[in-house]
Amino acid sequence: MTFDGSMTFDYAPAPESRSVVDIAPSYGLFIDGEFAPGADGKVFKTVSPSSEEVLSEVAQAGADDVDRAVRAARKAFEKWSALPGAERAKYLFRIARIIQERSRELAVLESLDNGKPIRESRDADLPQVAAHFFYYAGWADKLGHAGFGPDPRPLGVAGQVIPWNFPLLMLAWKVAPALATGNTVVLKPAETTPLSALFFADICRQAGLPKGVVNILTGDGSTGAALVAHPDVAKVAFTGSTEVGKAIARTVAGTDKKVTLELGGKAANIVFDDAPVDQAVEGIVNGIFFNQGHVCCAGSRLLVQESVADEVLDALKRRMQTLRVGDPLDKNTDIGAINSAEQLARITALVEAGEAEGAERWAPDCALPGSGYWFAPTLFTGVTQAHRIAREEIFGPVLSVLTFRTPEEAVAKANNTPYGLSAGIWTEKGSRMLWMASKLRAGVIWSNTFNKFDPTSPFGGYKESGHGREGGRHGLEAYLNV
Amino acid sequence: MSDRLSVFKTYKLYVGGKFPRSESGRVYEVTDSKGNWLANAPLSSRKDARDAVVAARKAFGGWSGATAYNRGQILYRVAEMLEGRREQFTAEVAAAEGLSKPKAAAQVEAAVDRWVWYAGWSDKAAQIAGSANPVAGPYFNLSSPEPTGVVAVLAPQDSSFLGLVSVIAPAVVTGNTVVVTASENSPLPALSLGEVLATSDLPGGVVNVLSGRTAEIAAPLAAHQDVNAIDLTGADAELAKDLEVAAADNLKRVLRPGPVDWTADPGTGRLLSFLETKTVWHPMGV
Amino acid sequence: MPITVPAYGKEAAGRLASMADVTADDGALRRFLHGLPGVDAVGLEARAATLGTRSIKTTAKAYAIDLAVSMIDLTTLEGADTPGKVRALCAKGINPDPTDRTAPKVAAICVYPDMVATAKEALGDSGIHVASVATAFPAGRVALPVKLADTRDAVAAGADEIDMVIDRGAFLSGRYLAVFEEIKAVKEACARPDGSAAHLKVIFETGELQTYDNVRRVSWLAMLAGADFIKTSTGKVAVNATPPVTLLMLEAVRDFHAATGVQVGVKPAGGIRTTKDAIKYLVMVNETLGARWLTADWFRFGASSLLNDLLMQRQKLSTGRYSGPDYVTVD
Repeated sequence: MTFDGSMTFDYAPAPESRSVVDIAPSYGLFIDGEFAPGADGKVFKTVSPSSEEVLSEVAQAGADDVDRAVRAARKAFEKWSALPGAERAKYLFRIARIIQERSRELAVLESLDNGKPIRESRDADLPQVAAHFFYYAGWADKLGHAGFGPDPRPLGVAGQVIPWNFPLLMLAWKVAPALATGNTVVLKPAETTPLSALFFADICRQAGLPKGVVNILTGDGSTGAALVAHPDVAKVAFTGSTEVGKAIARTVAGTDKKVTLELGGKAANIVFDDAPVDQAVEGIVNGIFFNQGHVCCAGSRLLVQESVADEVLDALKRRMQTLRVGDPLDKNTDIGAINSAEQLARITALVEAGEAEGAERWAPDCALPGSGYWFAPTLFTGVTQAHRIAREEIFGPVLSVLTFRTPEEAVAKANNTPYGLSAGIWTEKGSRMLWMASKLRAGVIWSNTFNKFDPTSPFGGYKESGHGREGGRHGLEAYLNV
Repeated sequence: MSDRLSVFKTYKLYVGGKFPRSESGRVYEVTDSKGNWLANAPLSSRKDARDAVVAARKAFGGWSGATAYNRGQILYRVAEMLEGRREQFTAEVAAAEGLSKPKAAAQVEAAVDRWVWYAGWSDKAAQIAGSANPVAGPYFNLSSPEPTGVVAVLAPQDSSFLGLVSVIAPAVVTGNTVVVTASENSPLPALSLGEVLATSDLPGGVVNVLSGRTAEIAAPLAAHQDVNAIDLTGADAELAKDLEVAAADNLKRVLRPGPVDWTADPGTGRLLSFLETKTVWHPMGV
Repeated sequence: MPITVPAYGKEAAGRLASMADVTADDGALRRFLHGLPGVDAVGLEARAATLGTRSIKTTAKAYAIDLAVSMIDLTTLEGADTPGKVRALCAKGINPDPTDRTAPKVAAICVYPDMVATAKEALGDSGIHVASVATAFPAGRVALPVKLADTRDAVAAGADEIDMVIDRGAFLSGRYLAVFEEIKAVKEACARPDGSAAHLKVIFETGELQTYDNVRRVSWLAMLAGADFIKTSTGKVAVNATPPVTLLMLEAVRDFHAATGVQVGVKPAGGIRTTKDAIKYLVMVNETLGARWLTADWFRFGASSLLNDLLMQRQKLSTGRYSGPDYVTVD
């Protein structure tokens, strides 16, 4: 064999084996420690977004099922909340360990049901899921030292509604602190990604968790609405769209229900002329193309200093050409499938609006698979603050590029949004970074990095990105009567 | 006793550091607990609420950007100014709430002490509400509280001065700016407080005082898209629910009403209610 | 982007001349090097680690293994080296796998200057280059005339490539122009009487330069001075080639190419022992510089034990069973 540069180093398919996961043809609701069909027998299908293959059929929980689950959780609350914290801790440690043991299976399942690349479900989602349970396990017997009084009390039944972008990780963010603080849980996973929550139910059984402490209801928005409105739900935790978040805030008005909302965003990723350019480009790519851009804190607005805009954009486009879009189970895939036909339609509509409003669209050459839901990594230049693609959350792999001239202008543009979840800053100058960080109205500021998460690090937004914090000591407060 | 005819005081709103009348030109009669006329107070309108929000927003950058030490000094200065006007406030509180002079004086003294208590929190709140987070990676990670922004405060109806101070001070000490609706039936101590604030180095617009019908002023405040939070203490259950629904439009932070003993130790609940936690990550490497 | 020319070609000098203003004096060079973008260490290391998670299987793996074999500068740099040892290494370089003649030959045999003639003779017309370390390798702590004599001696003995070391002391004390001038002088000493020249690899000893910012600066400095290849390490210090350092050098080469059109090669050396490691480096080259650099002309591994691991993996792919050390040669 001779090597003269005319050959290309094509990576052969490197698929993760599907055989590690055994998906049943149908699943019931997990209530009071048992799987059972819904009261009215309704079911819906969950499909793999990368192939449109039907993975399983799951029950659609109705109002009666919600009531049954909440009553089971309420009943379990008496004993669970009375358990010594050290005992609750050991259950959570068990769960964390079982998740670690089954992480390959769960990663494959998550990639199948969600469409995300196995590299991310394996290296990002699952390690964080286990770490979250491990972290909150340790809090369960130390709540009196958390700064919320000597004996902070749990609230009761937590009704939790989670999104489809990080199904199991969002479950962990919700369930781990709720259980550690002595609450019981009724959780509704997203309609398009119900499977990992159902597998989690099985993990709860393996861990010997008392019946009724965790209940899983699959269903659509109506199931979530019924759960949030149930009078015996003392705590509502929701991650999802700002629109639904507002509806929840209206539903709980005038009640005693405690609420945390983790909603949308339109984060600015701000690149200064003294940025470490190669790492900034990686941060931009990671900021908007991680998880197909299905990330509430995605860096969807690139604000680049005019003096380096051409250089940064050239580097970014060059880098985007190396992104590998395709089979989520291929270990070399960087960008997987869009989660649903509905989401693909929304992305497509906003991208069309971007073009219609005069922004310039660019995407690298990349062949997209024939079946399933796909969208190429895309960027728009010539975007202004007035464009819809600069204001509305696209929740897809689409980056809007704007420029600025001075730090003041960068701050003004970054903050010029009803959202306030996250922001990125790229500069080698420490004092400028800290000044920017203090001026940006957002709950998470990543400087010279982006999309980093950790169980110890509080996460949540300002303004219409929601209220309350998840993660860290701050994340306990949402589940305690303080 | 002389037969000298006393000079009546014209009570005015306190907005943006100035003392306007209601733009509507309306006033309402304020009486003491026995129904005797005390004064006319401005009957604030939606537009007064709007103007107050504009003033509060304008003041937010400077006030939230001031050092915590500076805010503490200014709040302490408010207490000093109040101390010198104890007699005036005692008389107003006595008339408003039907209290004996000693009981009214006790309320005023407690209010002064409460300013002092909250003044001291300015540079300590971040230390009890922040955290250094030991993330599993080479990153410096710090969470610290920041003020939420413009806070609409419905002051308690039953405690015209101690209650009022107890809801304003915790919001402003951390850097928020406030639009407060005075006790509907007993607004005079609140309007007089505006005069104290105006002479206490507190920048104009940090606290804005409106008098009038709570429900009428609160509705536009709860719906206002440039208000970040609302304290519903002065609303009854029915009004509070309506306001909370309206507040959902821009996801205001809502502090629901509940029974409060204004003479008790206030704790840190209110102080921490109007804060956002900001978490900053930065890599550590050479 | 300008048309690509090789760093060792005649046209390269003209391209470098276009950058002459930045090397006009010590101040200009310092301003230029310090004006290069900073490197965020954590981000660089994270990117290198992510590229290291690429899964190279079946046909891609077979291609990568043969490619890696063909890029090896098979090296012996011991005080105990003898003509016999060097001849054995040359024989292995020509026929790496005695059981499989389809295995590609290595790129070069890398030796001390006094072994160049022996290696040259042993390699004959195999097409394998002789690379000689020079300039008082590995410390480089002699006067410039001695370094130049060392270089000329190796070239005269038949070296096709010269691996020089930079003056790390001068670099760390900020005397950038001194380092620059020394590389230029060594490059001139690589010239042969017939007008051709040995190719020059410039070794930074990145383990001694410590910071990534230094690595980016020294990469530009060496390329501006005419380096044909930039190389991480001597293999003689505690920290040799690492994926992030190599990635950073690849990025510098990419940016230099974008600015001047001059193509420069990269050689990580020291510490790369396994097929898995080697493939990670090839992935970095592929995704940073692309196919144009995926030949022995533009990327090399400075290694010795790596070759046997590649051969064992190669046998595994062709036979389906794991090989063992008795089925590859000990030299």
